[in-house]
Amino acid sequence: MVVVLFVLSILLFAWLRSLPGGPVSALLGDRATPAARAELTRTLGLDRPVFLQYFDFLGRAVRGDFGQSTAVQPGSSAMQILVQRFPATLELSVVAIILAILFGIPLGYIAARRRGGIWDNLSIGGSLLGVAVPVFFLAFLLKYLFAVKAGILPSAGRQDAIDATRITGFFILDGILTQEWDAAWNALEHLILPAVALATIPFAVIFRITRAAVLDVQQEDFVRTAESKGLRIPIIRRRHILRNAMLPVVTTIGIQIGQLLAGAVLTERVFAYPGVGDALATAFQRKDYPLLQLLIIAAALVYVVVNLIVDLSYAYIDPRIRNR
Amino acid sequence: MVLTRKKDRVDALASTSTEGMSLAASAFRRLRRSPVFLTGAVITALFVLIALFSPLLAPHDPATQIPELIKQTVRARNQFAPPQGSYLLGGDQLGRDLFSRLLVGSQQTLLVGVLATLIGLTGGLILGTLAGATAGWVDTTVMRFVDVLLSIPNLLLAVTISALFLQANQFTVIVAVAIVQIPVFARLLRGTMLAQRASDHVLAARALGVKRSGIVFRHMLPNSLGPVFVQATIVLATSIIDAAGLSFLGLGNPNDDSPEWGQMLSNAQQYITSGHADLAFWPACAIVVVALGFTLMGESARDALDPKNRR
Repeated sequence: MVVVLFVLSILLFAWLRSLPGGPVSALLGDRATPAARAELTRTLGLDRPVFLQYFDFLGRAVRGDFGQSTAVQPGSSAMQILVQRFPATLELSVVAIILAILFGIPLGYIAARRRGGIWDNLSIGGSLLGVAVPVFFLAFLLKYLFAVKAGILPSAGRQDAIDATRITGFFILDGILTQEWDAAWNALEHLILPAVALATIPFAVIFRITRAAVLDVQQEDFVRTAESKGLRIPIIRRRHILRNAMLPVVTTIGIQIGQLLAGAVLTERVFAYPGVGDALATAFQRKDYPLLQLLIIAAALVYVVVNLIVDLSYAYIDPRIRNR
Repeated sequence: MVLTRKKDRVDALASTSTEGMSLAASAFRRLRRSPVFLTGAVITALFVLIALFSPLLAPHDPATQIPELIKQTVRARNQFAPPQGSYLLGGDQLGRDLFSRLLVGSQQTLLVGVLATLIGLTGGLILGTLAGATAGWVDTTVMRFVDVLLSIPNLLLAVTISALFLQANQFTVIVAVAIVQIPVFARLLRGTMLAQRASDHVLAARALGVKRSGIVFRHMLPNSLGPVFVQATIVLATSIIDAAGLSFLGLGNPNDDSPEWGQMLSNAQQYITSGHADLAFWPACAIVVVALGFTLMGESARDALDPKNRR
């Protein structure tokens, strides 16, 4: 885990140096005065040996200092933008992954139990579509159908301009904590469409892995043994089939959480949802490299941490790993 | 009937020494009968044919703004030329024939998919063979590098790579999408090669004193390629979708004289919510159908190659 982050920091350092125009243009933007450029070159120590520069970069990164945002929100530091936007994306991702799990695992299980049936084929078809449809097109379609045409749900933003108390930055949680139910409901309404759009990809993958895993486990010898011992069917299903099938599913969920930010870039863009993904897309378009750099590190960090949690959760699901 | 079946069985017995081959052969036998695979293959074949012959098939030039259609196009009021006469799907936002653009767009789309997959495959083959063949510190180094690439969400990685180019064009899109696929291929190949390393025929080859390069390239690599090629079929689909995502973020090819579906879709996105979903609908449909075709082929091939499904 530490190794991955270390290699990542080297790659990012190399990336920043090989950007068109070099790191100074990348940090200051195109319209910087020669004096400012010269000064930044000095303060960044770009006249020093490359490996020393790398350690400087590493030192600043460890302290969370990724520089000032040049274009997205000039004046605030990249870290401030991340902290400010992160709750929105976390809220969106959590709802999306919960949706994906709530639908993916049961549907996958049912499909595997009735292999070859209508249900099975229908949900396989649906999950294939979920992979093949570009996320942003689906998001636009949802927005058009439910927000523009039917007008049931809001089309953009996180919450209407209502007077809501902020505590945690998670709008739904805030509404519940302060018992401002209308604020919580309003935030939830804004969340539905982006979350559904974002959930399609993890749903499709979780569904397919669950189905395949259940099909695999069903044929194992220990299931037959359990059946011949006369265990009750629901117990066999719960303890023997489902629990063993969950291992690959949990791995997949971990990978999908790591990938969610990619989908979030697209869906947040469509719904003008003020999260990290939206900031990322804007940062890219306006060449705000300090911010981009931080957001990429943050994404990788999330991925690494989630994978660590997944590894730890194996021990909970599979006692064989715990006892080793 | 009985005789042919017996012959099959004898063949299978005779080829047990090259287990990979007989697995591939039996997989192919099953695939020919699989409706899922056939559907995917037919879609793919149609797509490739259309892409090859689209300049001949297209009723109009895809890059020309047709005066007749321009007259009916008022972008400010979201008015576009409706389907009429030889303009089967009407005009696009610039008064060009949408149907012709769709047909010709298959060419660039196929190009993006195939080139991105080939580049990704080549990179993955090099890294995966290196890691799988050597083990030890080379393996560890390569795999750490691959892990890092995998730890960045794929679209984000593609965005990061396109940032390195001053000006986006079709080539930068292809490169960005391709590099994202390298770690996936590398991981897959390394896994299958490690399994090969432990197998009896590699042990036999080593005992016979076959050189290491011979073992790697004659014995381990050919037997490990199956899953990699299956993955390539699926990557054909994801790279087309990823390219569309890049276009959507404004990182696509800005020149749309030779259209590409992802680019057409992202250029038409702004008209979806203002009631003109059809402009985006057709390229989106085309992408979905083609992506489905590739995915169906790849998935059924993967199932067929799985020894558990062998009958």
